[in-house]
Amino acid sequence: MANDTYVLKTENLGIDFGGLTAVNNFEIEMKTHDIYGLIGPNGAGKTTIFNLLTKVYQPTRGKIYLGGQEITNESIVSVNKLGIARTFQNIRLFKDLTVLDNVKVALHHSIHYNLIESVLKLPRYRKEEKEVEEKAMNLLKVLDLDEFTNSKAKNLPYGKQRKLEIARALATSPKLLLLDEPAAGMNPTETAELMDTIKLIREKFDISVLLIEHDMKFVMGICEKITVLNFGQVLATGTPDEIKNNPEVIAAYLGSDEE
Amino acid sequence: MEMMKTAFLGKNKNRSICVGVVILAYIIIELLMFTGSLKSLFINLLVPVTSYIIVALALNLVVGVSGELSLGHAGFMSIGAFTGVIVSSVTSTMITNDILRLFVAIIAGAIVAAVFGFLISIPVLKLQGDYLAIVTLAFGQIIKSLINNTFLGYDASGFHFSFITNNVKLSTGGKMLINGPIGATATDRISTFTVSVIVLIIVLFIIFNFINSKYGRGVMATRDDRIAAQSVGIDVVKTKTIAFVLSAGIAGAAGVLYGLNFSTLVPAKFDFNQSILILVYVVLGGLGNMLGTIISTSLLVLLPELLRFLADYRMLIYSVVLISIMIITNNPTINKTIKKIFKKNKAEGDLNNG
Repeated sequence: MANDTYVLKTENLGIDFGGLTAVNNFEIEMKTHDIYGLIGPNGAGKTTIFNLLTKVYQPTRGKIYLGGQEITNESIVSVNKLGIARTFQNIRLFKDLTVLDNVKVALHHSIHYNLIESVLKLPRYRKEEKEVEEKAMNLLKVLDLDEFTNSKAKNLPYGKQRKLEIARALATSPKLLLLDEPAAGMNPTETAELMDTIKLIREKFDISVLLIEHDMKFVMGICEKITVLNFGQVLATGTPDEIKNNPEVIAAYLGSDEE
Repeated sequence: MEMMKTAFLGKNKNRSICVGVVILAYIIIELLMFTGSLKSLFINLLVPVTSYIIVALALNLVVGVSGELSLGHAGFMSIGAFTGVIVSSVTSTMITNDILRLFVAIIAGAIVAAVFGFLISIPVLKLQGDYLAIVTLAFGQIIKSLINNTFLGYDASGFHFSFITNNVKLSTGGKMLINGPIGATATDRISTFTVSVIVLIIVLFIIFNFINSKYGRGVMATRDDRIAAQSVGIDVVKTKTIAFVLSAGIAGAAGVLYGLNFSTLVPAKFDFNQSILILVYVVLGGLGNMLGTIISTSLLVLLPELLRFLADYRMLIYSVVLISIMIITNNPTINKTIKKIFKKNKAEGDLNNG
């Protein structure tokens, strides 16, 4: 029961690829409603941790808890149903579907009609499709994508594609949202907007956010707590100020001002 | 709200165009038949062409929409055709109305083909990549060989069945339903062009409604990105299975229409070449493009007949025409010109409406 205040908690999490230990002894305690940053040099294992948490990879050792419930042996699909949604570093949208359909796909859990009802367009199909359409439109409005509703996802500008991934993830009504480099490829104005958006969706949807990002201004400006990763291991955990002044982190990742 | 409206219309537009084209073609053909200006060669081809359109649409659901390669759709057609023949023969005394009996046979053929589709999808759809292509290829061959070696008869005391050698002894008044490699003979010819067009329109509605439902979206999302689809909670195996079973069922229905159009039906008709031909219709028409499938199937089924005057050179010219069409429709300059022409027309249309 002690775990209940933590939306996410891991114990001794690790994965080996053959002889290579990609992540070792990764421990995180993430409080509900936190915006939490995961930073570190390239190849430190940040995305691998996301893939472990969402069960794209099966951990070699360790345990994962979501809101006190162990999810170490769940599948990708059931982890999502239990409340983790994510975006991807190398954008993985449904590229040939429209922006609206990308979000609708993720809303399928709120649809209960069966195959016969959909093929014959029976009343429940019409009713639920209308509800889903409204929900999807609302999400697109929150992320400022409503002008692109009927464009194909692949034709969207890069920054908008990242936002669409967030909208799609939110559509699954998660407790915990994992964002893999949400600000990559965005200009400073877009990045500032994104910070506001992330804060807004945390309040609006009452979720916790775990994010990977290289833009330090972004990470320090938005995160309540940060874990620094180096060579697959936790180097330091703390508030942004503690991390900024941690000599080990400066040496491994941030670099000092004098240089 | 404005945007939602256009999205809604946009989705139904493709379906309306397809159904419109089919109805228009039907009216024109009926008029031509009425005035007697259609050769009997073409009249005989009407039901087969419609059946092939239906099976090609079914295959497009797997290849275009679901993104999996199936090389065994002739097998599902075969199952449907022989089921249809059996059902129609057995019920001929009970259901005297030909059209009603045809519909009963179509439903039976679709269900049996769908069951087979489900059975082979259990082991296969869990795997990724080319496995479905390989297994469906084998499936088509197995079905052909099985029916080739099946002897099935029906008389007052019920069904009589033997395998590989013909041991079926029927009492007087009994009838051989499937006679090994000879297949079904003296079949009821109850398929009509009108019924096939009605089935085609129903199939178009089913396919488009499927695509615009959570199932269709799930299948297309899985096609575009399997991991991302799973990450939003889609059971990719289940959604793919549903699409495949639906496709198999539709192919079975097409088989019934085809089988009940001829007085004899040979199992060897539905071989590997047939499956490949159906795939060619789909590829030429464009993956996921239902209107394209309708047009390409009609063209490619009729083309060998139109080229009959070339005698020995017929299949040579057929392949040249096929390759030319593929090159031309993939030529960017030509595509641009066609788009320009259509855009012009559209703009003019909009002006006229304003």
